[in-house]
Amino acid sequence: MRVWIPGLAVLADGMAGWEPARAILRGEDTWQPTPCALPPPATLAPNERRRTSPIVRLAMAVAAEACAAAGCDPATVHNVFGSSNGDGRVVNAILQALADPAAGISPTQFHNCVHNAAAGYWTIGSQSHQPVACLGGYDWSWGFSLLQAAAEAVVEGKTVLLCVYDMAMPMPLGQKRATRGTFGVGLVLSPHPVPHALAMLDVDYGAEDAADTVLTLPDAQATTALRALCHDNPAARCLPLLAAIARGGTHEIRVAGDVGHVALRVTPC
Amino acid sequence: MSATMTALRMTAGTGISAIGRGVGQTLAALRNRRTGLEPCDFAGITHGYAGPVAGVQAHAVPPALAAYDCRNNRLIDMALRTDGVAEAIMAARAHYGAGRIGVVMGTSTSGVLASEDAFCAMDAQGRLPANFDYEHTQDLFSLARYVRAALELGGPALCVSMACASSSRAFMDAAYLIRAGICDAVVVGGADSLCRMTLRGFAALELVSARRCRPCDALRDGISIGEAAGIVLLERPDGRAISGPSAGFRATLLGYGASSDGHHMSTPHPQGAGAALAMQRALDSARLPVDAIDYINLHGTGTRANDAMEDRAVSTRFGTHVPCSSTKGWTGHTLGACGVLEAMICALAIEHGFMPGCLGVDEVDPTFRANVLTTNMARPVRHVMSNAFGFGGANCSLIFGKAA
Repeated sequence: MRVWIPGLAVLADGMAGWEPARAILRGEDTWQPTPCALPPPATLAPNERRRTSPIVRLAMAVAAEACAAAGCDPATVHNVFGSSNGDGRVVNAILQALADPAAGISPTQFHNCVHNAAAGYWTIGSQSHQPVACLGGYDWSWGFSLLQAAAEAVVEGKTVLLCVYDMAMPMPLGQKRATRGTFGVGLVLSPHPVPHALAMLDVDYGAEDAADTVLTLPDAQATTALRALCHDNPAARCLPLLAAIARGGTHEIRVAGDVGHVALRVTPC
Repeated sequence: MSATMTALRMTAGTGISAIGRGVGQTLAALRNRRTGLEPCDFAGITHGYAGPVAGVQAHAVPPALAAYDCRNNRLIDMALRTDGVAEAIMAARAHYGAGRIGVVMGTSTSGVLASEDAFCAMDAQGRLPANFDYEHTQDLFSLARYVRAALELGGPALCVSMACASSSRAFMDAAYLIRAGICDAVVVGGADSLCRMTLRGFAALELVSARRCRPCDALRDGISIGEAAGIVLLERPDGRAISGPSAGFRATLLGYGASSDGHHMSTPHPQGAGAALAMQRALDSARLPVDAIDYINLHGTGTRANDAMEDRAVSTRFGTHVPCSSTKGWTGHTLGACGVLEAMICALAIEHGFMPGCLGVDEVDPTFRANVLTTNMARPVRHVMSNAFGFGGANCSLIFGKAA
């Protein structure tokens, strides 16, 4: 499957956007684990804005920035949202309330605990009537969500916004599902060549098991730190692809699945 | 991609719910108009009615997959062992190869009951029990990994989770994998099982009826929650010759359409604009005019808002003649599993030429304009639309036809 990337966005600890991320991945800047600011989504009405949790803000921010970078109207793109844990904060809070037979369940928390909450708020904010898919694939959410987004783009012949995000899992659920840091990535995928695309991407699935392409950056310290982030946050597994786009040139990248792998070939435009 | 690839074959399929295990029991319950809803008695929750699946509590998963043991995976394992679908998938695997068959499952809450039990068993220091395995139970991917492991498949796997539209949307994502050439066949389906989260969550939203749910009734006042699992083998149209008796049901997936309301997280668009758009996109995808649809299996949850919105959307798109009904009076609202469960009901309607009228309706809402059936009707059925709408404004419509 061949798609073009007219725009992308990153929001993560120490990476407050694609430009700073690009500089780090090219070895032009150092990476610091500065917690990233999550802006309240300006597109939502005040009462809805108040209800958005940090992870909804993360997803909406990268979705909006990716569309802006690609120069496309958020109301026109198909949407594929991928996340391992979804809103772990809300799920954890509901599980705590459910363990207490006397405690009430917050209706707002209940409808915010669905895995498609971030995508729901995104379509409300962008007044979109376009399709949404919301996927979960544990540690392999990034690769399988990218595969699915590329498939939708080429089959439907439509531009697809892929948004993949995960955040730290709070306690006590974090005892059993350790996830650290904040990482969100947004990628606009076009099934047709577009002017000023960042890269052309060939995406395929391979049934044989393969390890992730190891992230290697010019700066050794950044390499070590960001490899740890790839390990700790499923969305950060996009970093080898982002590093390839940042550096330019042609690259073959493998994204491991629990079974099989997703094979990527990046070609500069 | 060529136009002829839109239609994909459903070469085997089954479902289990409160009205029975597999096509035989489901068909009998539909024909006899026998509901599976009973007074709710689950984890100390006794409000309203629920639709539990008989035998799920005692069902054992194979020892090799013991890490995955939870109510939701027991439910999907029961489905795999119903109507011979696992054997039919094995035959497809022998033909295409394990790596060419993907798995796309829909679920809203996966095995969350296991986490609920673990939180209830937390010790004084706030530690969750040592034997609680989040990755293989509550995690969304658990369901798809379970199915892939049980069937020893090697294609891509994913869980689709978008509330009550989950397993309907799973059909679309499965179709994309086939039409893009990544897979020759995909095991598509889903499961959602009874848990405190949904029983108490919907009660907190005051959406659970104290009675059995009565979709489309003038006095309907909410849902009854059920549990269900379903499995369908979806294949490319030119894949292989199939002979012999069918494993469960067969049908053709003729089209699909999805949309977003972009309106509100838990309240549908009052005019059903998003729902009508999903239905239109499904018709466009199937290249069928509105008058080609013989029956619409409604989402029809039994809430005031959903059923009124859906009536507007259906009557706007189809006029007032197409027979339509909800089958949730039989099974309850099986949430993320309703898409695949109702795919089975649609296939049975096509194969046996009948339409199940809504159960438990005293009087159809007099403001409704659509042709709501309240008794079963025998009539040839060629094309059926199935609707599913979820929190977050996620809408999905599927169109099924006769098996090729």
